[in-house]
Amino acid sequence: MPMPGRTRWTRRETLAASAAGAVGLLLVRPSWGTPDALAAAIREFTGGATLQRGRVKLDLPPLVENGNSVSVTVRMDSPMTAEDHVRALALFTEQNPQPNVAIFHLSPRSGRAIVTTRMRLATSQKVIALAQHSDGSFWSDQVDVIVTLAACVEG
Amino acid sequence: MNLARLSFPKTAKKGEIIEIRTLISHVMETGYRPDATGKVVPRDIIRRFTCHYDGEEVFRADLWQAIAANPYLSFTTVATKSGELTFTWEGDNGFRHVESGTITVT
Amino acid sequence: MIRLLSLACCLVAALPVLAAEIKTRDRRSGFDFMTPSSQDMQRDDMLNPGMLWVLEGEALWQQQAANAPSCAGCHGDAKDSMRGAAARYPAFNDRLNRPINLQQRINLCRSENQQQPAFEPESRPLLALSAFIGAQSRGLPIAPPEDARLAPHLENGRQFFKTPMGQLGLSCAQCHDDNWGGRLAGAPIPQAHPTGYPIYRLEWQTLGSLQRRLRNCLTGIRAEPFDWDAPEMVELELYLMKRAAGMNIETPAVRP
Ligand code: HEC
Ligand code: HEC
Repeated sequence: MPMPGRTRWTRRETLAASAAGAVGLLLVRPSWGTPDALAAAIREFTGGATLQRGRVKLDLPPLVENGNSVSVTVRMDSPMTAEDHVRALALFTEQNPQPNVAIFHLSPRSGRAIVTTRMRLATSQKVIALAQHSDGSFWSDQVDVIVTLAACVEG
Repeated sequence: MNLARLSFPKTAKKGEIIEIRTLISHVMETGYRPDATGKVVPRDIIRRFTCHYDGEEVFRADLWQAIAANPYLSFTTVATKSGELTFTWEGDNGFRHVESGTITVT
Repeated sequence: MIRLLSLACCLVAALPVLAAEIKTRDRRSGFDFMTPSSQDMQRDDMLNPGMLWVLEGEALWQQQAANAPSCAGCHGDAKDSMRGAAARYPAFNDRLNRPINLQQRINLCRSENQQQPAFEPESRPLLALSAFIGAQSRGLPIAPPEDARLAPHLENGRQFFKTPMGQLGLSCAQCHDDNWGGRLAGAPIPQAHPTGYPIYRLEWQTLGSLQRRLRNCLTGIRAEPFDWDAPEMVELELYLMKRAAGMNIETPAVRP
């Protein structure tokens, strides 16, 4: 789990890392998230239920200029009736210091299952969207995002 | 000053699905970032956002550090009747901000 | 900075120094170099976080100062009184006998017309008022004043822009006149037009002034930045505005 002072949200660390050799068009940066933390966060959301690929759809730009603010939309086609609706949509990351991003709680009153927000991406990585359906099923989608960095930053 | 911007239609037909968009000024300090002296700046984020339609909760979001500074959210709701939409942001250090607006449903 | 350093070194070695100014018809705002997603963020007021500062500036504009009128008390509706104001700063100030930028002009009103302490450079209220006033010029062309007294300062600004400096011995012109459209660590090199200030910079996660932006480029080439509002910085701003004359104000712009 996150070690204080060792996250991509600290510019100095990033620069030190890149100076250590990873200078290229895309900077390879160390990551701080762990598969265990991600798995635990997902388990908390699903309660251990089986995940199926599909139905939920995650939209992120494939290439982002700055990981501090990345537009993200998660949606699932559903009539949003009492019998057949999406209960929740959730976002997770593979390598941010904290795997959770957001959980959106919906109901038939939502009319549609679609939410847009802006998120932080510590580095190029996978973003995962999950949906909880009213029938108890859980669905997933994932997108790989490449993050570039601004050139002139504050020293 | 914590200011927010809201956007949703002022009028809608009954049963219509409307889009609601919100933007609020907030640093969303992650709690992982050291300041100039090397000390970690304590976490200061909005943890929860709710939208009530005439008193009834129609949308809720649990938020973490990975939400960008000055959080933006857009979501939908069904226009059921004329009434008030209330938006509440709550977070660390007792942060709480409420905005509201009315919608006329025909 | 380290990253920029290593890349800038390659850049100096590899790139020719042309020292030619950009032709008017080739000028492009930093907006044009951004991804569609960042462009949407600027274009749509609900997506643009800079609008939060505009909103805050509007509130400050109306706010009564202790024993003095509000900004609105003297200037009325900013839609009329401040239309085009941001497009003509820096302007020559008679009493100080030198050019001042918009932030300095706001602070003059603050201290002289409201008898309040000046806002700190880069402070939230100063940025908010600048954004609010700047937004009243959105879509209007940059129109530097035709004022002969500005000429020597403009020339100083031009020299600043063209002179190699810092530990890397790079000039602003080397990147922004000669190599715009190229890339530095994956980031496109824009033409350095001051059309959108104050900007919401994703890198900063907040709103910042043109000077803050210039300081980033200065530290990037390992040059010592001047103090806030140092005459040299204002002269550089003056030159950038002249260089962008006729381009439209985009305040509050979004930049990566
Ligand atoms: C007591 C009246 C008064 C108050 C209060 C006042 N101003 Fe002014 N302001 C003036 C006058 C007079 C001028 C013109 C000065 C000149 O041209 O030398 C001016 C000029 C300006 C200008 C330059 C406009 C241009 O077109 O060049 C700006 C910008 C400005 N004020 C902003 C503000 C702001 C922001 C506030 C509130 C913080 C404020 N003023 C409060 C009287 C006032
Ligand atoms: C080594 C190349 C380089 C040098 C030298 C350089 N810059 Fe920049 N500048 C950039 C890059 C790259 C950007 C784009 C933003 C980023 O990714 O940092 C930029 C952005 C800017 C911007 C923002 C433009 C916008 O659209 O808002 C301005 C203004 C600017 N530079 C001015 C200057 C000035 C003035 C100097 C000289 C003091 C200078 N730059 C020196 C590379 C450089």
